[in-house]
Amino acid sequence: MTVAATVRPAESAHRRRRIRPRRLVLYGFLSAMALVWLFPLVWAIYTALRPYSDTQAHGYISTPSVLSIENFTNAWNQADFPRHYLNSLLVAVPAVIVTLIVASMVAFAVSRFSWRFNLLVLMLFTAGNLLPPQVIIVPLFRLYLLLPLPRLLSDNGLVYDQYLGIILINVVFQTGFCVFVLSNYMKTLSKELTEAALVDGASVFRIWGAVIMPLCRPALAALATLEFTFIYNDFFWGLILMKSGDKRPITSALNNLQGQFFTNTNLLAAGALLAAVPTILVFLALQRHFISGLSLGASKG
Amino acid sequence: MADRASQGIAPVTAGSSGGTGATAIRRVRRHYSLLTRRDKIVLALMVGIPLFFDLALIWGPTIVSIVFSFTNWNGIGGISGKNFIGLKNYDSLFTAYPFFWPALQHNLLWLAWLMFLATPVGVFLAVLLDREVRGTRIYQTIFYLPVVLSLAVIGIIWSLQYAPEQGFINNVLGRTSNNNLIDWLGDPSLNLWAALVATSWRHVGYIMVLYLAGLKAFDPALREAAKVDGASERQTFVHVVFPVMQPINVVIVVITTIEALRAFDIAFIINGGKNGLELLSTLITNNALSESNRVGFGSAIAVILLVISLGPIIAFLARMMREEKQ
Repeated sequence: MTVAATVRPAESAHRRRRIRPRRLVLYGFLSAMALVWLFPLVWAIYTALRPYSDTQAHGYISTPSVLSIENFTNAWNQADFPRHYLNSLLVAVPAVIVTLIVASMVAFAVSRFSWRFNLLVLMLFTAGNLLPPQVIIVPLFRLYLLLPLPRLLSDNGLVYDQYLGIILINVVFQTGFCVFVLSNYMKTLSKELTEAALVDGASVFRIWGAVIMPLCRPALAALATLEFTFIYNDFFWGLILMKSGDKRPITSALNNLQGQFFTNTNLLAAGALLAAVPTILVFLALQRHFISGLSLGASKG
Repeated sequence: MADRASQGIAPVTAGSSGGTGATAIRRVRRHYSLLTRRDKIVLALMVGIPLFFDLALIWGPTIVSIVFSFTNWNGIGGISGKNFIGLKNYDSLFTAYPFFWPALQHNLLWLAWLMFLATPVGVFLAVLLDREVRGTRIYQTIFYLPVVLSLAVIGIIWSLQYAPEQGFINNVLGRTSNNNLIDWLGDPSLNLWAALVATSWRHVGYIMVLYLAGLKAFDPALREAAKVDGASERQTFVHVVFPVMQPINVVIVVITTIEALRAFDIAFIINGGKNGLELLSTLITNNALSESNRVGFGSAIAVILLVISLGPIIAFLARMMREEKQ
């Protein structure tokens, strides 16, 4: 609404044009949609900022007599947020780094060299990423219970209930998406690059690291942003493959939070917002990368 | 396999798009010497190791799911020939299990809702924002803000709207006292719709970003030409823009279908995917990964989900192959 109001005089003053009613409808519609879209988040913030006693006394739809961050500090302490943030970092950071390295190698090999099984490999990775995780979870769960790991890497001697296990499945699953995006991106790079470097006697490993990777920096930045939010936002793997509640990443731990704070909506709102803060910050800071990552996935290069 | 594969490796040369035809064979030979033995081993490892993990953790379990679905294994002890019971799981799934058909129906409803409501809204917003709209960046940011949130967070944020006594909707409607409150998330005839609204909040923004990216790449000369020919904006979109966007349209249909089949998090965080919110995905975990430990039965549901998922997956792969040929 406000946008429409400010736009109108500016336009007519500049161009002395008649106000076009269709434009007004457009801005009106967009503004109304934007308000509707913002509302659930704004409401969550508003609820979280109000003490439980205040909403109990005056109802939820009322002007606040006090606003405080008390719910945030309570949720922070009661649900042990520092612990779960750390768990999320322990999973997401290594998973993103390994995914990008692995995927860039596969993409490099299948897009820069012609090879009998190129398309098959590409399809196996891409299709694997499109499968609903629930299709594979039952055997995967059994496999995680069977696979031994040295004690150094796992405190129960298994892949199940370990950070490593969660990192592993995230890497394998997300590699599919990244291979798809990166191989499309690499195909747009000049074909002569690889040849010239080979003629100069560079090894393929060096071509990957010193020629192709630097050129893929925009795609890698976009994917890093996107993959961080994907993996941070993963609910399913952490829920099923991590049994210990205190080792679960924050998103999977929300399942307990829901039960724990069920009777106190204000506290629940604060908890959900705390869990959302990292992704919102990443998005606002790296919006451009986030969006170009999504677009890269949808179109070629 | 690595050895045989590495023999076929040659650098992609300018002007060649694959390994077909006599010229390609000549090229392969010509550049054969450029790759040392070590290079070939490195390349084989670069693909081989990730491929091993992809097969071991995704495609292997997919096949094992199918095998499990023919057994009555309960997860305790090993599987022997005695555990194989043929198609019995499928039989009881289709005829006796009360939650299978409702779950399938919920998944299809989920798909229909996203495909015919949420996705078109996202496309519509993209088309609107693609015009010269002042403050387009702000609108875009607002619409895709939910896309960065996890579905678990979205489930909770929307439960603040739906909560019976403390939620926004009932407070606005004045339906918060015990005798008249609307139990949006508890009532099995309402909670699916409530979950669909919540999931659309994210889906619309997601589709909008994807479609907007496609529109940005659209050649403005085509639009101009249509305008010169006297086409209205609607005609231009229907007859010029939409057909040219065909590749993106396929991606969007595929993504929407996959999202509907994957639906799990919101339903699970609302009530564990029960009582009106049964989905194929939640039936799998609630049967095979719960105390009842019906591994074989749960796997049969997983196979049904797999078979349905193959539709959009094959559509996507077909598009990939077509583009590869061009």
